[in-house]
Parts: sequence; structure tokens; C-alpha cells
Amino acid sequence: MRVLIIEDDSETAAFLTKALKEAGHVPDHAADGEAGLALAESQVHDVLIVDRMLPKLDGLSVISQLREKGVQTPALILSALGEVDDRVKGLRAGGDDYLTKPYSFSELLARIEALARRSAPEEAVTKYKVDDLELDRLTHKVVRSGQPILLQPREFRLLEYLMKHAGQVVTRTMLLEHVWDYHFDPQTNVIDVHISRLRAKIDKEFDKPLLHTVRGVGYSIRADGA
Amino acid sequence: MALFGSASAGAIGYIYYQTNVLLARQLEQTIEAETRGLAEQYNAGGISSLTKAVSNRSLTPGNSLYLVTDRDGRRITGNLTSISKDLWNSVGRVEFAYKRPSQRGVESRLALANIFRLPGGFRLIVGRDIEDRRIFERIVRSAFFIGLGFMALVGLGGGWLVSRGLLARIDAVTATSRTIMEGDLSERVPLNGSGDELDRLSRNLNAMLDRIEQLMAGMREVSDNIAHDLKTPLTRLRNRAEAALREKSNAKSYRDALEQTIQEADGLIKTFNALLSIARLEAGTTGNAMNEIDANALVQDFVELYEPTAEEKNITLTANVANGVHFKGDRQLVGQALANLIDNAIKYGATGKGGEIEVTATDTGKAVELTVADSGPGIPEQDRERVLKRFVRLEESRSRPGSGLGLSLVAAVARLYGGSVRVEDNEPGLRMVLSLPHKTTHNNEHRTR
Repeated sequence: MRVLIIEDDSETAAFLTKALKEAGHVPDHAADGEAGLALAESQVHDVLIVDRMLPKLDGLSVISQLREKGVQTPALILSALGEVDDRVKGLRAGGDDYLTKPYSFSELLARIEALARRSAPEEAVTKYKVDDLELDRLTHKVVRSGQPILLQPREFRLLEYLMKHAGQVVTRTMLLEHVWDYHFDPQTNVIDVHISRLRAKIDKEFDKPLLHTVRGVGYSIRADGA
Repeated sequence: MALFGSASAGAIGYIYYQTNVLLARQLEQTIEAETRGLAEQYNAGGISSLTKAVSNRSLTPGNSLYLVTDRDGRRITGNLTSISKDLWNSVGRVEFAYKRPSQRGVESRLALANIFRLPGGFRLIVGRDIEDRRIFERIVRSAFFIGLGFMALVGLGGGWLVSRGLLARIDAVTATSRTIMEGDLSERVPLNGSGDELDRLSRNLNAMLDRIEQLMAGMREVSDNIAHDLKTPLTRLRNRAEAALREKSNAKSYRDALEQTIQEADGLIKTFNALLSIARLEAGTTGNAMNEIDANALVQDFVELYEPTAEEKNITLTANVANGVHFKGDRQLVGQALANLIDNAIKYGATGKGGEIEVTATDTGKAVELTVADSGPGIPEQDRERVLKRFVRLEESRSRPGSGLGLSLVAAVARLYGGSVRVEDNEPGLRMVLSLPHKTTHNNEHRTR
């Protein structure tokens, strides 16, 4: 995955570049807004990581100018401003996701991987399948090994989101944002308990667990047992 | 004051001028008419006819003056006894003094007349007494100046009295502000209770000062608490890193130390974020959206979100909602406040088996009230005010998780919407009520503490 990092702090940029390489991605770096805009326009990337405060051209302007020019590469905004309205402004400028500093790299990685996946057309997809677990988005039916599984509406949406990002790591805050539509940090392990309920329904009766906990990061649904 | 004076002076002056013009014109017309009448007589019957007419007219009392003289200036007829030689020689419009008998002897009066030369050296003088008019003029003029003087006196005096009172009060405001600038925030502007403009201004200034004092107190409290609640984990973090470096260890223990460091840092970030959110809410500067929120949906959302967590602790978490409870606000903010209340109830409220928590949304007509009631130990009366403050945690050991900021955030959200947080007895247990008034203006009329 080609990732363009537009970040003026050289240490942060170096850290992100190194960490993204280790995660198997191909990072590019631009140190200011104008250079970032030029790079994002001239080359194809899977995802952009844009710092909000940039010299020459601020992050939000970079994104809105790209969108005006028809460049739809998904963009993650990094910002020290973390209030609800800041977030709204960021998304209105054309950003696809918003992450407040300081962040953990695993959270950032999970989010950009989810974003890159989103750039592929997916609205047409009506069925998700992971190993022998199947989810039908139209009929709201979930079946594993031919056995129907009854889920509460929220559990269904939780599983739907996890399966949409099958093979990727999904963090707790991502789940709260996309499944519950709340954008704050849950104080306690509320999400974990929902996950364990879901796990009891889809994994408990079966030999092979599909829903995995990624320690310190979040959850992932995938066929391989690793 | 000056404006008022000149306006009234102008008005009186105008009346004076107009009256004068009117009177002068009337006089002119009267003399004109008299002259015309006499001219007709003269044209018809010569000098004899004229003298006869003048004699007749002279008998009627009034202000009209007549005189007919021969070529030597001797009086033939008329009610004027004589006129001076100079006058007699002039022709046309003249103004002169003449003598007239009165109760107090002979008095000198002013007259206006036309003098005509007639063939044969005769003179005809037709005039009118203008003494009365002059007196009237004098009266009006003196009335004008006396009035003006009086007005100026009253105006200046009154103005001085009013401004002396006003200035004294403004001086009081200045003195208060100086005391405050010198650092004593407890000083207040004196009110005289009249409710006039200045009193209202003073009251607003006092309200503003109350708010500032409260914010200052809040800031002082926060800096004290930051010292404790941020420095303690920072010290822990530093110590741990130091210890890991000092001890000869293997990769695993380094790893553990680093993981703990990250955990500690995450905790710090959380506390820091919460503090920042509260500070921004209290400053009232967040441009948060005001949307119509369905209180029931909100309550159900969070009951559903926390229900599994509650169940794990053997707590029954239920939503008790009625339809049609709506209010305006930011769903994220109010949601977070409600989440904090439920979170608190689960953590500290309904401990032990069979605990119960009920979340309710009601509309009192004036406000929408979100209530989280638990069956736990409750909070002693004397601590209820305190729990809303930052970093206040009732268990001294601080063994259970939490930053002590959860309820402060709830209070800050309430204040942003002009509402309040009530800490009540659920008999037994604790009942927290977040009250959000319908008219959600961002004012500070209703304080939570």
C-alpha cells in the first residue's frame, strides 16, 4: 500500500515512515502543504496521512484542493485539536478520518488500512464471507457452517463492520465510531464486553475461532488461526 | 444642554421677529389706508375738504395722528399740536417723538408718519402712535432675555446636579475596577437598587466579576490538581524507565517496562484530554452543533452500550423512557456526559449482587432531565457538592480506576447548556440528574455550583 505522509515534524515523519515500512507499506513523505499537494496530485497513493497544521498550506486546504481537483485518495487527518467541532470541520473539508494527537501507531495503522479498503467500491457487496461464516447485508442473516446464528441488531452491525474489514485490525474507538456513532473515548471496556458476547455467539460452538483479539490494539476477524 | 438652550433661544427669537414683522406690516397698512382716504377727500374737494376730513378724524380717539399745516408750518387742523421744523421740511416716512397730554401731564411718545407736500405749501402729516408697540417690543425682548437666562441657570444647575451624582457613581465603578486590577477579585461595584441604566450596568459587571472569580478559582484548583494528578503518574513513568535502564535485564523485562510506560502515557493522555475538554466547555468557546436530540434514543443507546458491562458485574441496567422527549444540543457532548454518569454508577454505585441502575429521560416542561439512579451506597450529604469538582475522588486510596474528571465533565456540559447537575439521594443509592433547560442559550444564569 502506498502511503503519502504530509507532516512537517521530521521526527514524527521519520517514525511514521519507518513504522509503515515495517508494516509492509510503501511510504512517501512531504514536509509542507504545497509539496504534499503536488505529490498527491502527481502520483497515485492508496491513502494520505495529513497533519492539520502545516507550513505553506494547511492540511485542511490541501485536502479540499485535492478534492476540488478530483483526487479522491482517502485521507486521514492528524490533529492536536480533538474537539467534536474540529473533527466535523476536518471531515467537511474532505477528510475521511480524523485522529487526535497523541495517537498510538497501531490505531493509525488500523485506520489507514480501513481507509484504503474503503476506496475500493464496496456498496455493491451484499454478502461478507470469512471462512465458513457468512453475513447477508440485505436479509440480515448470519450463518456459520450452515447453522443460522441469531444476533441482536447492534451485534449484527458490529459483526458487519468487522467482516467488512476482515483480515484487518479494528480498534475499539473505530468500533465505537462506526457501530455506535459516538466519537469519544470510552472510559471502560464497554466494547470488549460486546465483543465477547458476539464471540460467544459466532465462535463458541465451533472448533476454529474467527474473531481474534489483537493485544493492545483491538480486534480482527480472519480465517487463519494466527 | 447648550443644544437645548440655543434651540429655545432660536424659538423665542423667531416668535419675536415674526411678531415684529406682523405688527410693522399692520401699521404700514393702517397708515396707507388713512392716507388713501384723505387723498380721495383732497382730490374731490381740495384743501378745504381735506381739513374738514382731518378735523373729523382727529376727534375720534385712537392711535391715528393727523396734522395739516400751511406753508409757514402753522397748524390748521389735526390732533398733533406741532412738529419740529426739521421734520416739517422732510418728506416721506419719518419716525419722531411727539407730546401728548395724559393723566400724568404731558408725555413724550413715539410716532411713525408720512409727510406729504400739497400744492400751495400745505403739508399733510398722517401717522400713528407707535409708543405701545415699542413698549410691547421691549417687554418681549426682556422676556426673551430673562427666559433665556433663567433657562440657562436651571439647565446648568440641573445638569451639574445630575452629572455630579452620575460621576460619583462612575467613580465608584472606576475605584472598584482599580481594586480588582490590583488583585482583589472579591470587590464588587456598589448598587443603589434603582434599576436604572447605571445600576443595570453595575449588576452586569458584578455578574461578570462573579464569573471571572469562579473561573480563576477553577484554574487555581486545576493547577493544584494537575500538580498532583499529572505529576504522580509522570513520576511513576519516569521511575519505571529509569529502573529498567539501571537493572541488568533481558529483552522481556525491557519489553514489559516499555509496555507499562506506554500504558502510563495513555492514562496521562486520557486525563489530559479530559481536562482540555472541560476547559474548552467551561470557556464556552466550542462551536458545537445544536441539533434536535431524541432523549429516548440517546438513553437507549447508552443503556445498550453499557448493558453487557453491567451484566458482567451482576448489575441490572434498565432504560425507563417515554416517547417524545426531545432537546437541542450536541449529541456527542450530551452522550459523553450520560456515558460518564452510567460509567460512574457501574463503577461505584451498584456494587455487589443484585445492583440496579435505572436511566430515565423525562421532560419537566422547562427542562429535559437525564437521570441515572443506582441502588448503591450513595454519597453522604456533605460530599455531594464536592464530587462535581475536578479530580475529586471520594475514596481516598484512589485504588479504583478513574481520573476524577468524569463528573466534572458532566457539570461542564450542563453549564454549557445553562443547565445543572443535581446529586440526590435515591433512598437508597445515588441519583444523578443532568438537567438541560429547553431554552438552551449559552448563558451563565444558572450555575451548577
